[in-house]
Amino acid sequence: MANAEPAVAIRHLSKSYRRGGQKVVVLEDMSFDIQAGDFVALMGPSGSGKSTLLNLIAGIDRPDQGELRIGGIDINVLSESELADWRARHVGFIFQFYNLMPVLTAFENVELPLLLTELNARERREHVQLALDMVGLADRVTHYPSELSGGQQQRVAIARAIISDPTILVADEPTGDLDRVAAEDILALMERLNRELGKTIIMVTHDPQAAQRARSIKHLEKGMLVD
Amino acid sequence: MTIPLFYSLRNLWARKLTTVLTAAGMALVVFVFSAVQMLDTGLRQTLIATGQEDNIHVTRRSSNAEISSIVDRQQAAVIETQPEIALDANGVRLVSKEVVVLITLPKRETGVATNVTTRGIGLQGFALRPQLQIVAGRSFQPGASEVIVGSSIAQRFAGAAIGSQLRFGGREWRVVGHFAAKGSAYDSELWVDADQLQQAFRRNAWSAVVARLADAATLPAVQARLSEDPRLTLDIQSEQRFFEGQSKALSNFISYLGMTLSIIFSIGAMIGATITMYAAVATRTAEIGTLRALGFRRSSILIAFLSEAVFLGLVGGVVGVMFASLMQLVHISTLNWQSFSELAFDFVLTPKIIATSLAFALMMGLLGGFLPAVRAARMAIVDALRAV
Repeated sequence: MANAEPAVAIRHLSKSYRRGGQKVVVLEDMSFDIQAGDFVALMGPSGSGKSTLLNLIAGIDRPDQGELRIGGIDINVLSESELADWRARHVGFIFQFYNLMPVLTAFENVELPLLLTELNARERREHVQLALDMVGLADRVTHYPSELSGGQQQRVAIARAIISDPTILVADEPTGDLDRVAAEDILALMERLNRELGKTIIMVTHDPQAAQRARSIKHLEKGMLVD
Repeated sequence: MTIPLFYSLRNLWARKLTTVLTAAGMALVVFVFSAVQMLDTGLRQTLIATGQEDNIHVTRRSSNAEISSIVDRQQAAVIETQPEIALDANGVRLVSKEVVVLITLPKRETGVATNVTTRGIGLQGFALRPQLQIVAGRSFQPGASEVIVGSSIAQRFAGAAIGSQLRFGGREWRVVGHFAAKGSAYDSELWVDADQLQQAFRRNAWSAVVARLADAATLPAVQARLSEDPRLTLDIQSEQRFFEGQSKALSNFISYLGMTLSIIFSIGAMIGATITMYAAVATRTAEIGTLRALGFRRSSILIAFLSEAVFLGLVGGVVGVMFASLMQLVHISTLNWQSFSELAFDFVLTPKIIATSLAFALMMGLLGGFLPAVRAARMAIVDALRAV
């Protein structure tokens, strides 16, 4: 692209928590970009700040300082409800424990983010079927999460994450709760989303094998990038 | 757009036992709430139905009830000659000078002696009460010691069968007929000839005078004229108003007691709903975090949990009203404190009672679910998501 604005632009980002009256610095003066179409793995030991960084990028937590532009939008200046609307349009979430609604079917779970759009029922149904088809679960639409394996649940979650065609996909340990085979399957799917559909993916992981599937790896330690 | 309603409903369904128990608690309160109103309505309808709109009812001033009222012969004569009083087909004034006494009869089921209103009526007494019909036997003969029995008394009291003898006022009275008066208070009375009752109880005055106005609209004029008459210290009211007043003490007691109970119970039921909803919020913390992350606003979460609580209330309300409606099959017979005598009435369910009961139930749900819903809506997303 000509005016290649990065998908994620992070400048001097800092975040700290208070724990028992003590200030714990989680991220310190961090700056880097993630280009559109990249697949980045964030790695690091526990407490290195990788999940916090992911939460900030996803707009579900607020930094203390610094600038955070996603797809050209400075999300720090958004109000609480503006931020909610922004997440609905620009962020797809993939969680370690899938976080599907147990009382909703696979179809309804995937449809949830579309309820926040202007699409009518027929358009929503078409989108959902397409997304479930893409993750290979076209025959599981009426199943409830409890009737699906872990790998299948994560694929439903991925369908839900991509359904509203977000600017970025954030994945927090997406294979952390899966066996090797299912994990491979999920990683292959994410790789496909990145390569074939050009999705920008930011993934937090402990697993070096999972990180290998990404285009680039960023290591964090004590709240700072180490390479 | 908000979180779909079926998400809330299915969550209620997912924890059936808790839902059923919580709703049952609310149903109980709604049952009491609506049953009390049904009782009150039944009581008032019975007494209001007793009075005719165009009849005037005259008692001694401030006597409050017929048994404590005395209208002497001179006063009765003044009432009788008022020009507004209607004439029947034979040109006879529609006036009934009545004697009301209490006698005791044993209740059939318990054998307990209970006060029963006995009314001695004048010749025009029947014409003044078109709602009254003889359903068995015949009416009493004027001048005979005969008695006819209201349908509620016939059912509930021993010795009221046609042909049996009742002893009161120092003589035997033969039961010659049963009458029905469309569920009004007359159904709980014995009727005899006024002259006979006067003699038996050695009365030389009347308890009340009932008269038909040719035009109900002339009542204020009659009232004004008679209240200025120095010979008369009487209350002149429409018959309907008089009997409505007869329900006041019991009706107030029922509604105050009922409202107090309902409010106290409802606090219990609302606390129950609050606990249930807090538990629901606690077990679904990660779901709440997920919904927020997906882009649903705080208000959507608030509405989703409030709908769940309101629906709990609705289930409780519908079940409560359903059980309360069964109370329509129950017939109550109790002492009316205003007249010190037995009065039979039914539980009456009206659309208004259904509406207020359901509104009451929804409000319990709404108030009970409010704090938990606010907690759900205020959760920090990151903290909520950690609670897997």
